[in-house]
Amino acid sequence: MIFETTPSQTVGPYFAIGLPFDVGPFVVPDGTPGAIHITGTIYDGAGEPIPDFLLETWQADGDGHFADVHGHGGPSQLDGFRGFARYGLEDGDGSFDIVTVKPGSVPGLAGTIQAPHIDVSVFARGMLHRSVTRIYFADEVQANAGDPVLARVPVERRATLLAEPVEGGYQFDIRFQGPHETVFFAV
Amino acid sequence: MTEELQAETGADEVRTIYTPIADTPTSYLREPEGAHPPPDFEGYKSTALRHPKQPLVYLPQTITEITGPQLGTLLVGETDNDLTVQHAGEPIGERIVVSGRVFDTEGKPLRGTLVEIWQANSAGRYKHRWDRWPAPLDPNFSGAGRCVTDDEGRYQFTTIKPGPYPWGNHYNAWRPAHIHFSLLGRAFTQRLVTQMYFPGDPFFPFDPIFNSVRDPKARERMVSSFSIHDTVPNWAHAYEFDIYLRGPGATPFEEEH
Repeated sequence: MIFETTPSQTVGPYFAIGLPFDVGPFVVPDGTPGAIHITGTIYDGAGEPIPDFLLETWQADGDGHFADVHGHGGPSQLDGFRGFARYGLEDGDGSFDIVTVKPGSVPGLAGTIQAPHIDVSVFARGMLHRSVTRIYFADEVQANAGDPVLARVPVERRATLLAEPVEGGYQFDIRFQGPHETVFFAV
Repeated sequence: MTEELQAETGADEVRTIYTPIADTPTSYLREPEGAHPPPDFEGYKSTALRHPKQPLVYLPQTITEITGPQLGTLLVGETDNDLTVQHAGEPIGERIVVSGRVFDTEGKPLRGTLVEIWQANSAGRYKHRWDRWPAPLDPNFSGAGRCVTDDEGRYQFTTIKPGPYPWGNHYNAWRPAHIHFSLLGRAFTQRLVTQMYFPGDPFFPFDPIFNSVRDPKARERMVSSFSIHDTVPNWAHAYEFDIYLRGPGATPFEEEH
């Protein structure tokens, strides 16, 4: 390392004038066969919904391919798959709703296989740096049991990373503090 | 600035451009303690209920973390890098050019990467429904811009110098003038949101967000420099702001920590 990184600063309360974009919540185009909604609410340390968050997600497609130009994992064959969602509102109520496909398994380090998962960044006023978490799926019991990242998470906290099946997709709430605080990662 | 960097390192490879596929790192350096602000910073009240209290869990950099969204020009419209021409008339304020290069910490420029900005107008007011302080909105200024870096990692915006504005954090709290910057980089791991400040701002000593970065040298990396070189005669004065994202790790597969 020759240079030091530029430090992070908060997105502040007014990011909505610059960052959201029309198809931001759509990891896949609306109407893609097999598309699901992942919905949830983000709560602060007092248990109140955080209205002014920006959420971003990054994931592989159902075959484990990334929409990444650098050649890692092979290109996605899914039409219009961006792998990326950005959700944030000028006038939010703490909830989010993204449209995506359930990701497939992808390789982990040292020959391991990762269970289907989605990387998540949360930004907000009052957050000087993003918080990173992962969405796993509660109905992938066998794959989750072999996941090398979940294996690092204390057993009693793993449930905070599991999205629960609901009509049309999954629900995944994020809690910043309290007895059910979501697991956040150092990446 | 570029000449200085080369002089400091004495290395030609500082100017080397990434070949996207061959040179994409398979891991990124872990950042040292203090590279970024602490998640809970007493002087900035809103951090209290908005930070994790449990220790962060170490996330190995797998394929999900070393890849990232490549939106290219998807979001970039024709006038998105000139915030002074997005409406029928001209916005009021000091017209400025803000430019710089996006590097990684090895000094390699990132080309084709999305740079997004948003800011207050010259009176210090955001065009956002929750910004209600009594300063005028400017009908000719929206305050948002986007561009993609060129082959040398360079970006450039034309805009209006934002004004400082008061906020409710403490008695007589004012934010130094700043422009918000968002960078996707090449990988999920490189994602950065920061703020660019202007040199010599009198509010620096009193601003907890600026000072949440505890290392004074690190704070300086958020302050742009005035550039007479880029100043356009009879048109706009200029500020230069280079941005450094995390560089590659030393080994393809990092060791357990």
